[in-house]
Amino acid sequence: MSNPQQLRYSKEHEWLSATEDGVATVGITEHAANALGDVVFVQLPAVGDTVTAGETCGELESTKSVSDLYSPVSGEVVEANQDVVDDPSLVNSAPFEGGWLFKVRVAEEPGDLLSADEYTEFSGS
Amino acid sequence: MSQTARGPRHTALDALHRSLGATMTDFAGWDMPLRYGSERDEHNAVRTKAGLFDLSHMGEITVTGAEAADLLNHALVGNIGSVSVGRARYTMICQADGGILDDLIVYRLAETEYMVVANASNAQTVLDALTERAAGFDAEVRDDRDAYALIAVQGPESPGILTSVTDADLDGLKYYAGLPGTVAGVPALIARTGYTGEDGFELFVAPEHAEKLWQALTEAGAPAGLVPCGLSCRDTLRLEAGMPLYGNELTTSLTPFDAGLGRVVKFDKTWHVKDAGDFVGRAALAAAAERAESAPPRKLVGLVAEGRRVPRSGMSVVVAGEVVGTVTSGAPSPTLGKPIAMAYVDAAHAEPGTAGVAVDIRGTHEPYEVVALPFYKRQK
Repeated sequence: MSNPQQLRYSKEHEWLSATEDGVATVGITEHAANALGDVVFVQLPAVGDTVTAGETCGELESTKSVSDLYSPVSGEVVEANQDVVDDPSLVNSAPFEGGWLFKVRVAEEPGDLLSADEYTEFSGS
Repeated sequence: MSQTARGPRHTALDALHRSLGATMTDFAGWDMPLRYGSERDEHNAVRTKAGLFDLSHMGEITVTGAEAADLLNHALVGNIGSVSVGRARYTMICQADGGILDDLIVYRLAETEYMVVANASNAQTVLDALTERAAGFDAEVRDDRDAYALIAVQGPESPGILTSVTDADLDGLKYYAGLPGTVAGVPALIARTGYTGEDGFELFVAPEHAEKLWQALTEAGAPAGLVPCGLSCRDTLRLEAGMPLYGNELTTSLTPFDAGLGRVVKFDKTWHVKDAGDFVGRAALAAAAERAESAPPRKLVGLVAEGRRVPRSGMSVVVAGEVVGTVTSGAPSPTLGKPIAMAYVDAAHAEPGTAGVAVDIRGTHEPYEVVALPFYKRQK
């Protein structure tokens, strides 16, 4: 697998897209999706919610476990991916594309996000 | 197959699992495949086609001797004396107080030879208990854990797949029967048993033959859609089939009657040479049988979600804010398409269709429907 170069990554295994008109997209990495196994339930923050970098904002449930979803960035949620709520397997099949989770109007970005190469080294894949 | 001081044990198929890209997990001290790809796909393959499992972590114990049957009658709760050569029996081993030490399958391999298959987590306990209980019997208890690898082929296509690599009479091999034979040129004990709710076979072979057998079955099964399967789907398969898992539904603080499995306890047994009369736990189990009849405290039930959040072992079952039970196993059911669970629930709320039952999932009371077990039964 390869981690897209244009994204940045948190140590909680979320990715963050480049900002466009102040809005960035958030998802979990393929490494995280593989570690979870088949995702069967996704609870996302609601539109209008304020999320804080490094804090939980939802949960991902797989066959064997439930994991907290952390936001890699602070801001206001402007869109949640209803497709992934309806079909959580998108997180496994297309974690960097159709399996994106939510979009956020970025208020503040943490300084410790990783580049693709740094994340690849950090996660070992 | 040796245990190092530091790490978990590895089965004879370890290198193969890694070459297949398996996600491995520590299970009862063994490094076992959790899944190879999607566990849901593996689950569905077993329900509709076939799956191949490495179950070499299971613990085999051989009991031989003129009084082998009598020893097992004494040590276990079932009537092992009535098992014919070539047949198998699901049974349990209990403490003197009736608490379940393990659930087992006992195969009668020959006139005076039995193989007891224990859960990996309990194999040593079972071995120790059988050894201790063998005192006074003309029987030998032998640790054969390292003598066998165990490969299972499960699913509706499994008879066809196995037929293509063996001359053994599979049509004559009934459910819960076992016979020695040759599979893919390898000597094997072929058993028609499993833990998936499907038709299937479990093949006990020498560890040095495991790879050859696995490869032959992989090749023979490919056209029928056989895929390698990990322990993750084994757990959802057995849960759908309403089969208990030791450590979840079965523990030392429960008797077989508490677990709704009182039928495995036989108070009248067939003795061969020595009539020991008694079996370990008899008095406590007789009392437990009466209790279960007159005033059952809790019953093992099935729960089916109305929502999508998954109940997990240890979560509380609640009715009107009161805790009335505990979830023992829970998972998203690939066959039903919604979360399911087994739970011990107060008898007052255990009837299928009982209204107002919920599971406390991280503080939210998610509605659940009480159903009779199993969740899934195959069409025969």
